[in-house]
Amino acid sequence: MSAPALRLPRNAAGWILPVALVVVWEAASRLGQLPATILPAPSDVLAAAWRLLKTGELSTNIGVSFLRAVSGFIVGGGIGLALGLANGLSSLSEKITDTTLQMVRNVPHLALIPLVILWFGIEEEAKLFLVALGVFFPIYINTLLGVRSVDPQLVEMGRAYGMDRWTLFRRVILPAALPSLFVGLRYGLGIMWLTLIVAETISASSGIGYMAMQAREFLQVDVVVLSIVIYALLGKLADSVARLLERLSLQWHPAFQAA
Amino acid sequence: MFMTIAEPALLFVDRAIEDEAPVELPDRPAGGLAVTARGLGKSFDSKTVLSDLDLHIPPGQFVAVVGRSGCGKSTLLRLIVGLDTPSVGSLHLEGEARPGTEARIMFQEPRLLPWARVLANVEVGLGQALDARRRRTQALAALREVGLDDRAREWPAVLSGGQKQRVALARALVSRPRLLALDEPLGALDALTRIEMQGLIETVWRDQGFTAILVTHDVTEAVALADRVIVIDAGRIALDLEVDVPRPRRHGDPRLAALEGRILDHLFSEGGPAPRAARAA
Repeated sequence: MSAPALRLPRNAAGWILPVALVVVWEAASRLGQLPATILPAPSDVLAAAWRLLKTGELSTNIGVSFLRAVSGFIVGGGIGLALGLANGLSSLSEKITDTTLQMVRNVPHLALIPLVILWFGIEEEAKLFLVALGVFFPIYINTLLGVRSVDPQLVEMGRAYGMDRWTLFRRVILPAALPSLFVGLRYGLGIMWLTLIVAETISASSGIGYMAMQAREFLQVDVVVLSIVIYALLGKLADSVARLLERLSLQWHPAFQAA
Repeated sequence: MFMTIAEPALLFVDRAIEDEAPVELPDRPAGGLAVTARGLGKSFDSKTVLSDLDLHIPPGQFVAVVGRSGCGKSTLLRLIVGLDTPSVGSLHLEGEARPGTEARIMFQEPRLLPWARVLANVEVGLGQALDARRRRTQALAALREVGLDDRAREWPAVLSGGQKQRVALARALVSRPRLLALDEPLGALDALTRIEMQGLIETVWRDQGFTAILVTHDVTEAVALADRVIVIDAGRIALDLEVDVPRPRRHGDPRLAALEGRILDHLFSEGGPAPRAARAA
């Protein structure tokens, strides 16, 4: 890295490999090594994107999927955060709910799909329910862990300096739990996309997963690949936003001070 | 929802540093609080830590409490500042105008909030009583007293151990307490930093006239700083000794050394091992 010729912006280094892969992929397709029925060339995928963008199909489906993901995340994450805080702060609340939650946690939420289809059909509620359930547990567990691992010496200091319960929560407990909360957030975002992909692929009448399944019916491999790429980009986007939030609110943390 | 805890940017720090207006202090009588304990006892479950302790500390006195670990000296301090409640007996802080706000404690660890800048950490000592601007001015004045006003905008993580403890001292002093409890605050510092901190604590104590109660296992430190040394053994006061040496005291003063010897003899004569070897240490 010390050679001047190789001095690239730090973010650029991470893109060398994916760009190279795309170039090789394109070359293999052009040279006929890669049949379009197996994997269409990147340029074909881009062309499909342009085609669907012009009809408005692409933006509609991305919008639908994005909305499902966000609303499911807010519902599940919100409940997880609230219960995690409640159970971390109150032993009574924990006694009542934690055993139940740990039992439910051991059911893979995607195993509920047949039941969810029976309950909600293939309407929006089904997707919302599955995403919310999937997101709930990582947020809940990491919030609980974060609140639990607050340094009791700092809490005692807060009490000795006359902080009331709300101030103690706002100034000591919440900031101390924040690194753990962000772990839950990023993990929850991963589960969010995974759940949505599965739910949309199995039962939906709109969204990116539906678009991919329709394309499969008509053997439009380029659209199938496009759907996968869009999922990847949306996942990356969500993770980047989470990391930005993390960097902004954990400035004090030695691990983030180099940035 | 995740963003609400970020510390507000300290936009006005520079202006506040230039602001040399005299610091307005909370209205309270000057001088220290007197402490009176009668028949004081504290038990945890079935274990008695302090029993039948009678003690009077006049206002403004600097008292050092020494004893072996587990003798109950830290418990006494926690009772005095109200972190624990007595099991039996009574404990009074006399002359408190606003109970609960005039006694401050400094712990062995700095216990700074890592997510708050140095200045905001000092402001913790003021509570929510004043408006933000006055809190900032007073916190800066307290930081100036400990010589760290130029580090107001830093995160605690970048400070050295001694600097962190000085910030903790500023936090304890910013509300102008009338009683300062010090729970082995210098125990974790290196020898030179410790001597520096002892000088700083003595200076602010002489300036402000609060009652100081220092719990320490370092007998040299006790006799160097205190007006009076109390030895606690097995939950009771075993020795109560006046340190009648004028200030400023010089390190290595033979009168201090003699007092130190007496205290150590006493500590080890109470069933302890090998007093001579310990004195040589």
